[in-house]
Parts: sequence; structure tokens; C-alpha cells
Amino acid sequence: MLNAVIPLLLDSLASAALIFFAAVGLTLVFSVLRVLNVAHGSLYSIGGYVAASICLFIASRQFNPYWSFLALLFSAVCVAAIFGPLIERGLIRWTYGKSEAVQILITFGLFLILEDLQRVVFGVQSFYEDAPMRLLGTTSIGGVVYLNYQILLIAMALLVVIGLRLLISHTRLGRLITAVVADREMAQSIGIDTNRIFILAFSLGVFLAALGGALATPTSGIAPGLGADTMVLAFAVAAIGGLGQIEGAALASLIVGLARVLAIYLAPSLDAVAPYAAMLVVLLIRPYGLFGSVTARRI
Amino acid sequence: MPTIIAAAAVLVLALLPVAAPWLQFVLTLAIAKGFAALGVAVLLRAGLISIGHAMFFAASAYAVAFLARAGVNDLGLLLILSVLGGGLVGAAAGSFLVRYRAIFFAMLNLAVSMVFYALCAKLYGVTGGTDGMPVPVPAVFGIVLGEPAFKSVLFYLSLGLMVLVGLAVQRYLNSPLGHALSAVHTNEIRLEYLGIPVWAVLLIAYVVSAALAGLGGAIAGLAIGRVVPDFAFWTASGHLVLIAVLGGIGGVPGAFIGALFLELLHSAAVTVTDSWNLIVGMTLIIVIMFMPQGVYGLFARKEATSL
Repeated sequence: MLNAVIPLLLDSLASAALIFFAAVGLTLVFSVLRVLNVAHGSLYSIGGYVAASICLFIASRQFNPYWSFLALLFSAVCVAAIFGPLIERGLIRWTYGKSEAVQILITFGLFLILEDLQRVVFGVQSFYEDAPMRLLGTTSIGGVVYLNYQILLIAMALLVVIGLRLLISHTRLGRLITAVVADREMAQSIGIDTNRIFILAFSLGVFLAALGGALATPTSGIAPGLGADTMVLAFAVAAIGGLGQIEGAALASLIVGLARVLAIYLAPSLDAVAPYAAMLVVLLIRPYGLFGSVTARRI
Repeated sequence: MPTIIAAAAVLVLALLPVAAPWLQFVLTLAIAKGFAALGVAVLLRAGLISIGHAMFFAASAYAVAFLARAGVNDLGLLLILSVLGGGLVGAAAGSFLVRYRAIFFAMLNLAVSMVFYALCAKLYGVTGGTDGMPVPVPAVFGIVLGEPAFKSVLFYLSLGLMVLVGLAVQRYLNSPLGHALSAVHTNEIRLEYLGIPVWAVLLIAYVVSAALAGLGGAIAGLAIGRVVPDFAFWTASGHLVLIAVLGGIGGVPGAFIGALFLELLHSAAVTVTDSWNLIVGMTLIIVIMFMPQGVYGLFARKEATSL
């Protein structure tokens, strides 16, 4: 029993880590900009496409394959640097203060545009480049073989949780962000450049989504439709944790991962239902999520 | 004057397939989506945005497929039963969903519809999984028709229903019950103080909107001849909201104008490019940014100023 559970647990932790990257970006953007970005999943898949393209390029030129790891990070930075300011300045900023319906629809329009742009640029075939995963090899614990790459994913997710917490609580930028989240007008009136904070926070969210996509490509490949699937999963996780809660998103991805493992054990055909069922149950009892509160949106 | 324009528009729609037969399927589908978007628009009146109405659309389409499998083989009966089915699912979901507002309402609708989607996609033994279920051609009042003839009957039936149901919904929205919806949007607490139960007002609106989405789904299922889980995917729900907004929340014709506009745009765009979502996305953003009243607002604006 235990021997069978541990690999599943590790699998679910690794998939929870991947979803966490997308969810925490969504939740961060929501808490600072107060906009629910429906196009967030597309940025995840764009990160994946860019990473896969660079990795394939490295493989085709027979460079040292260890460059692939750097490529994963580099592609996320690139996507964030290009799309972050572009989308925030070009589109999202016009929706500040508008109703949620308008924000959801505008970003849904952006989602449609980005999904088709990916089709135009990267084609409709699926990308698969597993060099980074093969390089790391496997570890055998108690007779069960694990991929080291999955352990790396979990470590990266932990790193992001700790890093974000340190950034928000212990740096100057973090304090500025907290001030903007707490009271936008007051922050502006004491001289904080809120536009700069919005661009930075949105780009950070894009970076996290793209990083998730880049890290996911070696394990699962990437194909059209991934953006839509990721979006709704990330949304489920962010909603369970409470929109705007970083640690909430981390715990919620664990809950979703565990719900999937349980579903695979008890009713294998229902594993895809598990995340949404968990979301439904949590939201019915606490609509603002496990860690959210009705009035204050804190970070 | 508006009556004459509406009558002329319906007449043009009725004659279009005679001139261009390939349009018949496009128009049938547009009317089907128009019904569903009208359902979304009813809830938008109360300020509630549902990213999950594709569930009712799909539920009714599946109901048609299941009923046909069980041996029900009459168009009228299929439509009535499946719309009832959609309404029942709406009553069940609505009974707990109308307690929530704003973004929580949107999120919960999304959650419910995604559970439904995942179940449809995964219960292979019952729903055929992602392969979906076939919808056979039913008899019309006991007369067995060939497929082309049936598709024509379905189109003119949908057109007739569009007028009848549209008038009924118009009446509903102009009744005190309908006006209570905008009152919920403006000030819910005041409504409660006036002695009007907000919960009941919203539940009725929710069931009406689910039944409308269901009618659209049943027609779409019959027109396409197959039901797949993607009918209920969240992007389908997003498209319904998109149509409702494109048409503007101005009135009943808006939803159908929005649906027609989108389907015709789709048909025109696919002849030029594969990436028609690109065009739709840009259109959506432009409409919301520069024409908050929707496409319908372009026609309605003159009327408003003349008053």
C-alpha cells in the first residue's frame, strides 16, 4: 500500500508544483491589480512553447545540454519582459476600476488572441523536448524509481513560496506593493509610483506563469489547448486558496494534488473531476477561499 | 417602428437560406447560441455574470441524445423534455448559486460547469466520453423526414421559436419580476426592505436563463447531430457571455443580433484565415472599449436620443 502511495504522492506533488506556478501568478496579479486575468493560462503555454523551442535549438546545434536548464529560466524571463509591460500598459490598465464583468471579458478577448497567436507562431503540432529531464536521471528510494526532475520541480515551488514571502515582507519593493494593495489612492498620494508597481507585479505574475509552462514542457510536452486547461486549473487552485493569498495558493495546490491522488485510487476515471469538485466544495462553504477574507485583500 | 424592423429582419432571415442554402446551418446555430446568450443576458440584468451557462446548453443537448437513445423519437417531445431537463438542472444549481454575488457567483458557476464537463468527458460508459453521443434525426409529428428536409424544418422551427420565446422573454423582462432584476443590481437591500424576496427573484431568473440555454443546446445538438463534452467547456461559456455583451444588454433582440454577428463573422473569417479567434478577440476588446452598449447599442442609440 505505502509503496504504491509514495510514487503517486510524489507525482501529485510534482503536478501540484506546476499548477502552483500558474496559480500563484494569477493570485498575485489579482491582489495587486484587482483584475482576474483570464489570459493567464495562455502566458503559461507561451512560456512552454518558448522554452521548448530554445531547448530544441540547443539540442539541434549540439551545444552542451546543460544549457537547457538556463534556457528554461531565460525563456520565462523573456516572456515576462516582453508580454508583462505590453499587456499591462496596452490593455489591462484600461480596465482598472471597471466592473468585474468588463475585466473578465477584456482578458477573455486577450485569451482568444493569444491562443490563436500561438497557433500561428508555433503551429498546431505538439512540442516535446525532455533533455532536461533525462539529464537529471533517476533516484531509487525503497525500490521505487523516481525522476529527479520531479523533485527539482517541488524544490522550485518551495523556493518560489519562500522567495515571494521574503520579497513581499522584507524588501522595499515588497513594502511598496503591500502599500498599493492596502490602499491604492493613499499609496499614490504619498508618492508611490503605482503604475510602476502595477507593471512590476503583472510582469512578476507573467514570469511565474511562463516559468511554470517552461518547467512543464520536459515532463508533459506542450500542445494547443494547454492554455485553456491550465487557466481553469490555476483558477480553481487560486480560488480554493483565496484570491490574493500566496500561501493559500500553495496549500490549495497541495489539496488539489491530494484530491487527484485519492481520486486515482478510489475512482480512476474521476481524476479530472477532483480539482473542480474540491473547488466547488470549498467555495460553497467559504466563497472567498480558505485563506481569503471578505473585505481585506491582503498579500 | 421597431416592430416593423424586427419583422423585416425575421423575414430576411427566413429567406436567406433560400438564396444561399449553406447559410441554413450557420443561422440555425446562431439562433441556438442566441437563445443561450439571451439566458446569460437575463442574469446580466441583475449584475450576475455566469461563466458556466454552457453547462445548461450541454445538459439539454445530452438530454436530447439520451432521450433519443431511450426511444423518444418526436421533435416536439424531445425539445420540450430537454428544455425541462435544462430548467431542472438550472433549478438544482440555482437553488444554491443565487446566494452568491459578483465574482463569487462567476467562480461558482465556473466550478459547477467544469465538474459537469469533467464528468461528461470521463464517464465513458454513460456519455461516450470525449467521443460524445450521436443525435439521430427524429420524426416531426410522426412524419419521418430525410436529413436535409429535417434540417430545414429545424431551422424554421428555431426561427419561429426565436420570435415566440423572444416576445415571452421581453414580456418577462418588462414585468415587475423582470424589473426587480435591475433593482437587485442597483440596490439589493432596498428591495428586501420593500418586501420583495431577492432569492426568489433571482432563482426564477436563473431557471429561466437555464431553460433558455437548454433550448439553445437542444437545437444545436439536433442541428449538429452529435453532442460532445466541449459543449460545456469554460471557453464555450465565455463565448456565450461574449455574445451577450456583443449584443449589448439592451434587450432581447441584442442576444440574437450578437449571435448572428459572431456566427457570420466566423463564417467570413474562416474563408480568409484559420485564426478567427484572433479576429473575434480583437472585436470583443474593441466593442467593450469603444461601444459599451454593444452592437445593439448602435441601433438603439438613435431611439434613445429621440425620446
